[in-house]
Amino acid sequence: SRTSQAITQGVADVFTKRKLDALTLEELEDVLLRADLGVGAATRITEAVGKARYERDIEPEEVREILAREVERVLAPVAEELVVDDSKTPFIILVVGVNGSGKTTTIAKLTAKWTGEGKTVVLAAGDTFRAAAVEQLKVWGARLGAEVVSGAEGADPAALAFDAIKCAKEQGADILLMDTAGRLQNRAELMAELEKIVRVMKKADAEAPHAVLLVLDATVGQNALQQVDVFERVAGVTGLVMTKLDGTARGGILVAIAETYGLPIHFIGVGESADDLEPFAARDFARAIAGLEETSEAES
Amino acid sequence: MFESLSDKLSGIFDKLTRRGALSEADVNEALREIRRALLEADVALDVVRSFTDKVRDRAVGAGVIKSVTPGQMVVKIVNDVLIETLGEDAEPIDLVAAPPLAIMMVGLQGAGKTTTTAKIAKRLKERHGKRTLMASLDVKRPAAQEQLAVLGRQVEVDTLPIVPGQTPVQIAKRAMEAARLQGYDVVLLDTAGRTHIDEPLMAEMAEIKTSSKPHEILLVADALTGQDAVNLAQNFDERVGLTGIVLTRMDGDGRGGAALSMRYVTGKPIKLIGVGEKMDALDEFSPTRIANRILGMGDIVALVEKA
Ligand SMILES: Nc1nc2c(ncn2[C@@H]2O[C@H](COP(=O)(O)OP(=O)(O)OP(=O)(O)O)[C@@H](O)[C@H]2O)c(=O)[nH]1
Ligand SMILES: Nc1nc2c(ncn2[C@@H]2O[C@H](COP(=O)(O)OP(=O)(O)OP(=O)(O)O)[C@@H](O)[C@H]2O)c(=O)[nH]1
Ligand SMILES: [Mg+2]
Ligand SMILES: [Mg+2]
Repeated sequence: SRTSQAITQGVADVFTKRKLDALTLEELEDVLLRADLGVGAATRITEAVGKARYERDIEPEEVREILAREVERVLAPVAEELVVDDSKTPFIILVVGVNGSGKTTTIAKLTAKWTGEGKTVVLAAGDTFRAAAVEQLKVWGARLGAEVVSGAEGADPAALAFDAIKCAKEQGADILLMDTAGRLQNRAELMAELEKIVRVMKKADAEAPHAVLLVLDATVGQNALQQVDVFERVAGVTGLVMTKLDGTARGGILVAIAETYGLPIHFIGVGESADDLEPFAARDFARAIAGLEETSEAES
Repeated sequence: MFESLSDKLSGIFDKLTRRGALSEADVNEALREIRRALLEADVALDVVRSFTDKVRDRAVGAGVIKSVTPGQMVVKIVNDVLIETLGEDAEPIDLVAAPPLAIMMVGLQGAGKTTTTAKIAKRLKERHGKRTLMASLDVKRPAAQEQLAVLGRQVEVDTLPIVPGQTPVQIAKRAMEAARLQGYDVVLLDTAGRTHIDEPLMAEMAEIKTSSKPHEILLVADALTGQDAVNLAQNFDERVGLTGIVLTRMDGDGRGGAALSMRYVTGKPIKLIGVGEKMDALDEFSPTRIANRILGMGDIVALVEKA
């Protein structure tokens, strides 16, 4: 993946056969910082790598392996599939996140995945605020063969959520995906609105929402930690999706998030099409951060 | 996390009883904390590095005035260098060119291009009395053209009629021609989001530039961007030659270090900042404000300035 390209370079430059000394470790930490791990996580991982105290000369490839293993150790416990419980009809998923992170597109990708498996999916156009947000979801719904429940622009998204759950139940749909307007987590009134959406959903179905997905943009830096913190508290986030990993951003903040919050990471987005969704794989992600995937590709 | 930078610095400098000039050792210890603070604010690592070098040069040997602590003095120096790097004065959008003057908006997916396009159109109309035409060249994202049309109606600025099936370059040409024929002063070209390593889309963007010869090419970027800020700003600048940057989502609680990174690597001014989703949520860029945010130490700076 492209995630690893610059990093591969960095690691290769740094580790042309040297002892894993203090200076080398510091440079290794830089490599992690450039991937957005943040100071805390980068320091901890570097320390873990350094603990092994290698006295002999060590090949760059080997350093990468060690680095990948340490990153994977953090990510492996949170790489969890999103399980759709068939006994819930519909299985209700609320999708939340800051503006422009990729919520609506991720909903389209999930819809494509599940309709492809023969499930019926209903979409709720819960972004009643942004210009043409409803139209955007409708275009996807029409393309993918999913019904879209929508209200008027400026309508109360909580009321729409209630209606959508009723509608999906009447139709015996398997899955209901609810889109929401983008909101920055420090905007109290918008977070209160989100809290209300969750509250009203429970009136239509006491167990709803069965899953709450927070969509994070891979280019975002340290602020992602605050996003997770507040959205988890307000909306009860059950899992994460990271989008835009097809760019050069490496999404290393997920390592810090995994350390701090331990929330499951379900999927990654790698493009703008409906099929550009992949399950989150800790090993691949970690190896990409360590610059290993690129090497094996180049060799093959 | 950041709020403690001041404490950490005082801790370091408390050990010093003498006043006089700052020694290299004192400054180096302080710079370790400052480096950390800048990284936590999402300033790109290489920018942090050359930035701290600059601060070191300035700080070593600097005299400490009686009424402030050495820690406060260093913070003041850091702040000064920050503001210098960010560009001291606000640079507005340049409207001095023969009409119709084109302004092209570029950036990553979801950065805020379409929203910012409409905000700028509103401002040009209200503050500068410009007759403006907006055109969406985004034929990719579902309902992207419709989004701009809705915003156009909201701010009462014309949008180019949508003709399905045209390429972005064709739409750009049609917009410029319509503007010439109908006497518009400014044409705002809203382009589709693109990752800066997507070669076909980057080539398309360069082609749009060639055909519409924009007077301003503004990179719209998220203020919450992390380390990738340098790569994206550099790549967009290399491909089309930016004239300025607009930072969106400054209403968030991000530290905004990307502002410093992008300004530093491109040398291009930050012209405007987006501070909300509403159409009037667009402000002039203020280096002081962003410096305070990145450092989180406006109070100390004010204190030293008064001393
Ligand atoms: N390259 C890339 N682009 C993506 C990905 N996911 C979404 N996008 C693009 O990002 C932009 C924003 O996506 P949306 O799905 O509209 O984001 P949103 O979170 O719903 O945005 P708001 O509703 O405005 O808050 C669009 O141009 C998408 O095509 C991804 O994985 N990779
Ligand atoms: N809070 C906040 N939201 C903003 C700001 N600017 C834009 N947005 C929101 O960010 C989201 C994406 O904005 P768009 O204008 O659609 O972004 P874009 O760059 O045109 O997206 P694509 O065309 O898909 O690449 C929307 O939800 C906007 O309302 C801002 O300054 N603050
Ligand atoms: Mg959306
Ligand atoms: Mg757009």
